[in-house]
Amino acid sequence: MKVKSVEKRKMSIWEGICREFKKNWSLYLLVSIPVIYLVIFRYVPMYGVQIAFRRYQPVRGIMGSPWVGLDYFKQFITNHRFWSIIRNTLSISLYTLATFPLSIILAVLLNYIPLRGFKKTVQLVSYAPHFISTVVMVSIILQFLDTRNGLINILITSLGGEAVNFMAKEEMFYHIYVWSGVWQTIGYSSIIYIAALAGVSPELHEAAIMDGATILKRVWHIDLPCILPTVMIMFIMQCGTVMSVGYEKVFLMQNDLNLAVSEVIDTYVYKQGLTASMPKYSYSTAVGLFVSIINSSLLIFVNWAAKKFSGSSLW
Amino acid sequence: MELRKKSRAIRHTIGDRIFLTVDFIVLFLLLVIIVYPLLYILFASFNGQTTKMGLSLIPEKWSLQGYIAIFEYKYIWSGYLNTIVYTVVGTAINLFVTICCAYPLSRRDFKGRGVIMVLCMITMYFSGGLIPTYLVVKNLGLLNSIWAIVLPNAMSVYNMIVMRTYFDNQIPEELLESAQLDGCGNIGFLRSIVLPLSVPILAVVGLFYAVNHWNAYFNAMVYITDRTKYPLQVILRDILITNTLDPTETSTDIIAQQGMEERRNVMKYSLIIVASLPVLVLYPFIQRYFVKGMMIGALKG
Repeated sequence: MKVKSVEKRKMSIWEGICREFKKNWSLYLLVSIPVIYLVIFRYVPMYGVQIAFRRYQPVRGIMGSPWVGLDYFKQFITNHRFWSIIRNTLSISLYTLATFPLSIILAVLLNYIPLRGFKKTVQLVSYAPHFISTVVMVSIILQFLDTRNGLINILITSLGGEAVNFMAKEEMFYHIYVWSGVWQTIGYSSIIYIAALAGVSPELHEAAIMDGATILKRVWHIDLPCILPTVMIMFIMQCGTVMSVGYEKVFLMQNDLNLAVSEVIDTYVYKQGLTASMPKYSYSTAVGLFVSIINSSLLIFVNWAAKKFSGSSLW
Repeated sequence: MELRKKSRAIRHTIGDRIFLTVDFIVLFLLLVIIVYPLLYILFASFNGQTTKMGLSLIPEKWSLQGYIAIFEYKYIWSGYLNTIVYTVVGTAINLFVTICCAYPLSRRDFKGRGVIMVLCMITMYFSGGLIPTYLVVKNLGLLNSIWAIVLPNAMSVYNMIVMRTYFDNQIPEELLESAQLDGCGNIGFLRSIVLPLSVPILAVVGLFYAVNHWNAYFNAMVYITDRTKYPLQVILRDILITNTLDPTETSTDIIAQQGMEERRNVMKYSLIIVASLPVLVLYPFIQRYFVKGMMIGALKG
């Protein structure tokens, strides 16, 4: 009796799947396209990550290559450039992280400007640099900082100073990278905070005005607490990418004179893995994996901390 | 009216006035800092000579030399054409795959949406990395072809979620029920009802993808070795950043090198304008779509 009912239930589950499939076969057909894509271009590479633990030889394939365990990780950690690469990566990303509040400030400033036309103009203009490509952005940087014809040096010399070869100065690299990034992204990243500020209940403000609160007080006691969840989410997401800085831009800004401070993990992976005369597939995969692990643990840690202290988190 | 005036008068205490003044000054400075370089590039592109341009925006002598130099340079043309092809084909594939994923996932009666959603989300946080992805593209024989550019990034999970959210909220379930009563299948419903109702989100997501394709250089640099297949951004990088006009012209002749340097100087600013032109011209019109897309994404994320 019991067996029968179990069997019956099994049958009905199977039948249910069949019926569901018959009814919605076209939906499954549709969804199979992105699934195939994800499997080939996202999951097969994840499976391929194991070459970090093997001495990968293309002719023998992934499974045929000999297992070497953590050799490549050790090789990276004991590499004489290891510390400088880690230091460069962290310097750039922590410096970028430090400019994180600027777009929040911009959103607050825009929120209180009473002139609508002016506000719209600032918004329209400040979003624009976001659409400039990395290549063009770096070209602009190089041309503006050019020793002879660059705008900045013309300005310096016209004020009676000495022309500076900025791109050759190691100590300038991070400032150039970070502040050009701020110039490019401050407007666009403020959109999300402007949206959050628009969602703050006007009643809170009215009550505060009744009590004689100044704008600064209202920003501090009403706006910031209200948009804190959004801020936290954005912050957590940025912390999750601490070890992977915008390598596309760093790569273009590199030259022989600043390489000591500008080599970051991702550019190192690219050079070791793809442009070297003897491409080290396994070694650079190991370096990349090392970074992903740090990134993921950081993300999990920051998310945990944020959940504990502010109650907002990604999951 | 009287009351409103009064409340405004109360609102603007001295502290607030200082705040608003500072606010205005800061925003005005920001406006100048952003606009000035952009205008400078625009005007410098009409300053033909290689002589330096001062701090003033208006060039001493207007000339189209920079633009003429570009038109004479063949790789710009092939690069431009390639970029247009990659952007159009790439965006079409992106939209197709994204719709194929977003629509079934927006259907409440679709079994397995949870599993597929997890499958998608995992790829947002973990990836195989550069080399394993490169090996997949290589083993599929896609290197040096348009497919290496458009297939590895056929769908962005973020954009897919934005689109799914829109389908979820904007397509009432009653529509589906009545369409089903009329004997309309899933694909027919998607084609004749869902997509026409979702033009705004298709525009937003399509623009996100198109701008990314237009501005991308890294994948092309990794996967394409044939110079005639380079997109514009890689050509730009060669000219503007690594200083190589034509690698086949590796002359040690100093005069030839000087000529190259001069040509580069003449066209550097006009090149920036030409490369950014489509986005710059469209920008004021598409700006609000991007803002809209950010909002939908933000509400969900």
